[in-house]
Amino acid sequence: MALTGVEIFKLLPKTNCKKCGHPTCLAFAMKLAQRQASLDSCPDVSEDARRILGEASAPPVRPISLGVGDKAVKMGEETVLFRHDKKFVNPCAFALEIKDTLSEADITKKIEDVVNSEIDRVGQKLKIDAIALTNESGDAGKLETAAKLISSKAPQVPVIICTTNLQAAEAAVKPFDDRRPLIYGANADNAEAMANVAKTFKATLGVSAKGLDELSTLTEKIKSFDVEDMVIDSSARRAKEILEDNTLIRRAAIRKNFKPLGYPVITFAQREDSLHEALIATIGVAKYSSIIILSSIEKWKNLALFTLRQNLYTDPQVPMQVEQKIYKIGEATPEAPLLITTNFSLTYFIVSGEIENSKVPCRLAVMDCEGLSVLTAWAAGKFTASKIAQFIKESGIENEVKHRDLVIPGYVAILSGSVEEKLEGWKVTVGPREANGLPAFLRARAT
Amino acid sequence: MAFTPPKETHAGKVYAVTIGSGEGAVTFGGENVLPFNTFEGASPHRPVIAYEIQDVLPSDWPENVQKPYEGVSGDPATWARFCQNTLKAKAIALRLVGTHPDRENRSPEDAAKTVRDVLAALNVPLIILGSNHVEKDAPVLIAAAEAAKDRNCIIGKAQEGNYKTITAAAMANNHKLIAMSELDINLSKQLNILITQMGFDKERLITDPMCSALGYGLEYTYSVMERIRLAALAQNDLTMQPPMLGDVGMYVWKIKETQAPESELPQWGSTEERGIAWEATTATALLVAGAELLIMRHPMAVEAVEKVIEELV
Repeated sequence: MALTGVEIFKLLPKTNCKKCGHPTCLAFAMKLAQRQASLDSCPDVSEDARRILGEASAPPVRPISLGVGDKAVKMGEETVLFRHDKKFVNPCAFALEIKDTLSEADITKKIEDVVNSEIDRVGQKLKIDAIALTNESGDAGKLETAAKLISSKAPQVPVIICTTNLQAAEAAVKPFDDRRPLIYGANADNAEAMANVAKTFKATLGVSAKGLDELSTLTEKIKSFDVEDMVIDSSARRAKEILEDNTLIRRAAIRKNFKPLGYPVITFAQREDSLHEALIATIGVAKYSSIIILSSIEKWKNLALFTLRQNLYTDPQVPMQVEQKIYKIGEATPEAPLLITTNFSLTYFIVSGEIENSKVPCRLAVMDCEGLSVLTAWAAGKFTASKIAQFIKESGIENEVKHRDLVIPGYVAILSGSVEEKLEGWKVTVGPREANGLPAFLRARAT
Repeated sequence: MAFTPPKETHAGKVYAVTIGSGEGAVTFGGENVLPFNTFEGASPHRPVIAYEIQDVLPSDWPENVQKPYEGVSGDPATWARFCQNTLKAKAIALRLVGTHPDRENRSPEDAAKTVRDVLAALNVPLIILGSNHVEKDAPVLIAAAEAAKDRNCIIGKAQEGNYKTITAAAMANNHKLIAMSELDINLSKQLNILITQMGFDKERLITDPMCSALGYGLEYTYSVMERIRLAALAQNDLTMQPPMLGDVGMYVWKIKETQAPESELPQWGSTEERGIAWEATTATALLVAGAELLIMRHPMAVEAVEKVIEELV
């Protein structure tokens, strides 16, 4: 939990020397509390105060990077329990499990599935983020061979090496030196040795213990070996335990500033039944997992999980927007109706969905109104007759359609006259107020 | 450092609502914790999933979700019995979509007959829904509520534009009532207050903050549900304590992701599995957000969600 301005003030020298550039120590403390100033500006602060303030200003969930370059995954840095309070920061990563017992061909196929998993949705590129190589064989040589194969076939994809065997961990992590891999393998028995491997290869360390009490003790112990980049696993596997432990971990980190659990959480969601696995992953996405390990990544499952993650990690304060353009819905001919609406993603989805339901092919002109819905955009002066006219003219639609008839939303019927005035040669038709009136409206026009 | 679990207890509690009668009766709600947080309080009842059926052929449903009901969906009573006996449904939701003026425009009397036929076929509780046409739903749901008098059904949905008649009908015939508003906690609260001011017992209400499908505004429903549940528990707001409904099937099975063929969009994978996963994922997300009652369509999606509930309780 961050300190308040007054709490910070108590730790400052209270000399009002102005060397930090602020008129008083209190003013400086307020800036520090808002994270608009750095403690380094104060030349006289005591070492003790620096330590307390340093700890307090660290994010409650430690930021961790997995992998390097374009495909690196950021985790942690979360600040809230509920997305309506503030945006969830770093979308959880999905990783595909690859067992080292598989044949070279099977491993290669799985690597390709990961590399080719990218899908574009509402302008965002979504994908399976990482590979989790597990030491199913229990054999160090097999793990190393598989690790080398992954390293050569998918050098950019972040990798998680899962083994508690020291020798296997060392051999398998070697190909990923300097590529920020994750070694999931520290437990109470091997903590110091694993910490040393992580240090040597600059890897993040996955730490596993039975329950939250043991886990807290273990992360403290590992921290004493100078390894601070950790992800944690409480051994929760059933949905109920995942929900319980993840909730308690997030609460402890955020509400109590409990550092021993202030790390990203790794969740093992693998199940025989792929749909069941998708639903366990759903709980992980909603409730605080930072990495979710999957046993299979069918395209239908990816699409559902990617979409869920995108939905829950959007900023609740910033409306999702779709690109301004004229969308074809169905096999729209030059005679097909032309409708206009705003670019709030929900508006677009609902309107385009109802047009699809009508089975009447149409063109839907989606105008950039900074993500506002129709009525709000109209009230804010962003969905006005002149702006609509300008958009239609500049869109080049006049070369694409044979008619000159624009359907506007029923809520802005008031605009019909002025749009006709500003958009020469066009006729304006007032459509229904609600999108669910579109199928009847469009079908009636089509006959 | 020793770890003390930061458990939270709440002053408020969600009302437990029982529907149906006799052996088939079910109860949902009743918890004093956030969804499935049984480590810090009581959650005495599991969420309930109702199978959706309708009064006319489901020709408006995508083929993949029509298929499981082939041969039974021509007659609502047969369809209801199939869900109860073969699919082991714990509740049935009958949507009187055929009464919509843009559809078959069936009369309130037709609707009442369908309700009587379906009730005669069932032991499990029935949820009776209009066609979501604000004006037409009023007479349709009055007739339906009378036809189901004293069978302890849920009637819905009462909205701002028609709640008076529908509330009166539910009250006069001893039913529970769904109050629906559009994705706004304040509208939801206001409607619950207006309905209880008519003398309707708040412990007989079910709040529907409006469902949205995965990818189509799910995050709005999700967050409104979380906020309503926090208001009920942490702030002990009595007007926000009815259990919540996720009317999942209807919203999920009209979007592109549940219908587009794999041949057109190969990167989206199998259409059938995609549709089932879409419904099950939407439902699971809403359970985690706070829904206690779900209305769903595909038997395999229901089965998958039941399986995950089993693991959550």
